[in-house]
Amino acid sequence: MYVAVKGGERAIDNAHEWLAEERRGDPSVPELTIPQIREQMKLAVNRVMAEGSLYDPDLAALAIKQARGDLIEAVFLIRAYRTTLPRLASSRPVDTGAMAVDRRISATFKDLPGGQVLGPTFDYTHRLLDFALMAEGTTPNEKVPSPPVGQGSAESESHVPHVTDFLNRDGLIEEEALSETMPPDLTREPMELPANRALRLQALTRGDEGFVLSMAYSTQRGYGRTHAFVGELRTGKVAVEVDIPELGFTVEIGEIELTECETVNQFKGSKTEPPQFTRGYGLVMGQSERKAIAMSLVDRTLRWQELGEDFTGAPAQDEEFVLMHCDNIQATGFLEHIKLPHYVDFQAELELVRKLRAEAGAMQEAAE
Amino acid sequence: MTRHLAAEAYNFAYLDEQTKRMIRRAILKGIAVPGYQVPFASREMPMPYGWGTGGVQVTAACLVPEDRLKVIDQGADDTTNAVSIRRFFQRTAGVAVTEATAEATVIQTRHRIPETPLTKGQILVYQVPIPEPLRFLEPRETETRKMHELEEYGLMHVKLYEDIARHGQIATSYAYPVKVEGRYVMDPSPIPKFDNPKLAGSPAIQLFGAGREQRIYALPPWTRAVSLDFDDHPFETSKAPHDCDLCGAKNSYLDEVITDDQGGRMFVCSDTDYCAGRRARGMKGRLWAPEPEGAA
Repeated sequence: MYVAVKGGERAIDNAHEWLAEERRGDPSVPELTIPQIREQMKLAVNRVMAEGSLYDPDLAALAIKQARGDLIEAVFLIRAYRTTLPRLASSRPVDTGAMAVDRRISATFKDLPGGQVLGPTFDYTHRLLDFALMAEGTTPNEKVPSPPVGQGSAESESHVPHVTDFLNRDGLIEEEALSETMPPDLTREPMELPANRALRLQALTRGDEGFVLSMAYSTQRGYGRTHAFVGELRTGKVAVEVDIPELGFTVEIGEIELTECETVNQFKGSKTEPPQFTRGYGLVMGQSERKAIAMSLVDRTLRWQELGEDFTGAPAQDEEFVLMHCDNIQATGFLEHIKLPHYVDFQAELELVRKLRAEAGAMQEAAE
Repeated sequence: MTRHLAAEAYNFAYLDEQTKRMIRRAILKGIAVPGYQVPFASREMPMPYGWGTGGVQVTAACLVPEDRLKVIDQGADDTTNAVSIRRFFQRTAGVAVTEATAEATVIQTRHRIPETPLTKGQILVYQVPIPEPLRFLEPRETETRKMHELEEYGLMHVKLYEDIARHGQIATSYAYPVKVEGRYVMDPSPIPKFDNPKLAGSPAIQLFGAGREQRIYALPPWTRAVSLDFDDHPFETSKAPHDCDLCGAKNSYLDEVITDDQGGRMFVCSDTDYCAGRRARGMKGRLWAPEPEGAA
C-alpha cells in the first residue's frame, strides 16, 4: 500500500545534520581554522573572492570551509551574503599604475622601466609532488626572498608604468578614450544586450574561471583568433579611495590585491581602423593570473564589431553566448535544479507519448 | 543553509526595502502590460538559481506581516523544496503558513495551479525557469525581444503546425504557450497543459518570477489567456485517464506512482491539499486505507 510521501521537513533536517558531520570529517583530525585557509589556500580564497565579487579573505575562507572545499558552492555563499550588504559608496577608479607590484612581467619586451619581477609564481617550478610537505610541522625556508631585480625593488617605485603606454606614445596601439560615464552595475540592473565594454568586463571578471579559460583557449585555437601577446601581467596591492562629498577630499579606505593583464594584439586594420596594435584587458581580484589572461583574450575577441572585424561565428565572438553563460552560480543552479522533482511535467509527457504511440500503433494496424 | 539565519539580522522577508521597491515596480509594470516580460535586477538569493529564486523574490516583495503563505511544488505542500521555501519565509518574515488553498493569501507554486479555484485577493506566484516562450525556437534574447515587440509570432505557429504534420497533434504537454489579451505570447511556466484553462479569467493576481533570467511578468485578475491552437486542431487538456486512487477525484491532475516492480501503479492527486480535503470529507478512492501501523 502506498503511503503518500511525507516527512520532507524531517528529511531536510537530517540531511543538514549529516552534511555538518561530513564537513567536519574525522573528528580525531584537528579542525581547519579560518586563518589556515586564508593563509595556506590563498589562491582558492582569491578565486572565491573574484567570482563572488566580494573582497574579504576571511569570509571567503569561511565560505570554503563551510562548502567543504567546493569552490563554486563557496562562491555561492559569498554571493548570497553580498546581496544583503548595503551599497554605501562607489570608490574612485583604482590606479593600477600605482600598484605595489609583487609580480610584473612583460612577454613583449625583454626589459622595461619598472623591471621584470617574477614574484611568487608556479611558472618555473617542476610539477613534482613535494613529499616533504606531507611531513607536518616543518617551516619553510627562513630565507627572505631577495629583492626583485630590475631597477631596484619594485616596492620602492611609486609608479610602475604600463607597457601599453610605451606603445601608445609611438601611436602603435589604439588610443583608449577616457570616459567619465558611470559604468553599469550588473548586480543592480538586469543585464541588457548589446552590452558595452565595461559591462562585458564586469561579467567576465566574476565569470567562471573554467568557462572564461575555455573561451580564451578556443580563440587561440582559431575560433575567433586575435593574435594576443601578454604585453603585461601584474599582481599587487592597490589603494581603494572614496570621495567623501561632505569633506571635499578623498579618503583611502583600504587596499586590495589585484591581477591585471593587458594584451597587445596584432591587427592588420579593417575598413574602419588603420593597422595598429589593439588591446585586450583583464582585471581580477587577488592573484588570479590564469583568469586575468583569459579575460583579456575574451575581451579582445568580443570587440570585433567595434574594430570592424568579421564575425566568423566563433562562440567567443558571440557576446550573448559568452555573457549569458559565464556566471557559474547561474549555471550550476539551473543545471542542478533538474534533480528537483518534475513529476508533473513528466506525467504530462508520459500521457503524450502513450497517446502518440497508441495512435501510431492504430495507424500501422490499419495499414496492414 | 539557512539554519543559522538569525531573524533579526535580516530585513522582513529577507530582501532590503530598496530591492523590494525595485521588484514591486517591475510587478506593477507587469500587471499594467499583461504577459510582457519586465526585466528586473534579480538578486542572488540564499537558495540556488533553479530552486525558485524568481518566485521567492516576488513573494518577498508581496508579503506583508498579515499574510498567510502556502508553498507548493508539483502541487504538493510536502515536497522538500516547498518545505524549504516555506521555512525560509517563516524564518525571515514570520508570516503564518497554511496548506489549505482557500486560506492562503499568497501561494508560491512550482509547476501547478491548485485544483481549488482561487479567489479575489489571493496572489499566485509562479517559479519560472525559462520565461521566454520563443526561446527554443530562437536562442537569442536580442532577437526574441524584437519578435515580441513586432508581435511576430509566426515562428511559434509554424512550430505548432509542424507538430500536427508530424504527430497529428500539438506535441507540447507542459509549459504550453498562451496569448494574453490578444497581444503577448507568454510562457505559463512548466505547468501541465491541464492547468492552462485556469490561467484565464482568474479572480486572483498571477505573478511570474524568473530569477536567473531576470524577468517578471503577470496576469492581472480577469485576464484573457488563450492557449495557442488552430481552428481545426483546438487546444485540449490532458491527464491520466484514471480517477484518484486515494480520494476518487475524477477531474484532478494525477501523479503516477510505481508501486512494485511488476508494473503495478497507482494514480493520486498531485494537489495534496485537494486530495486530503476530499478524504477528510469522506470521499474514498480505489486503494484508500488508513495508514498502516508503524508506517513512517
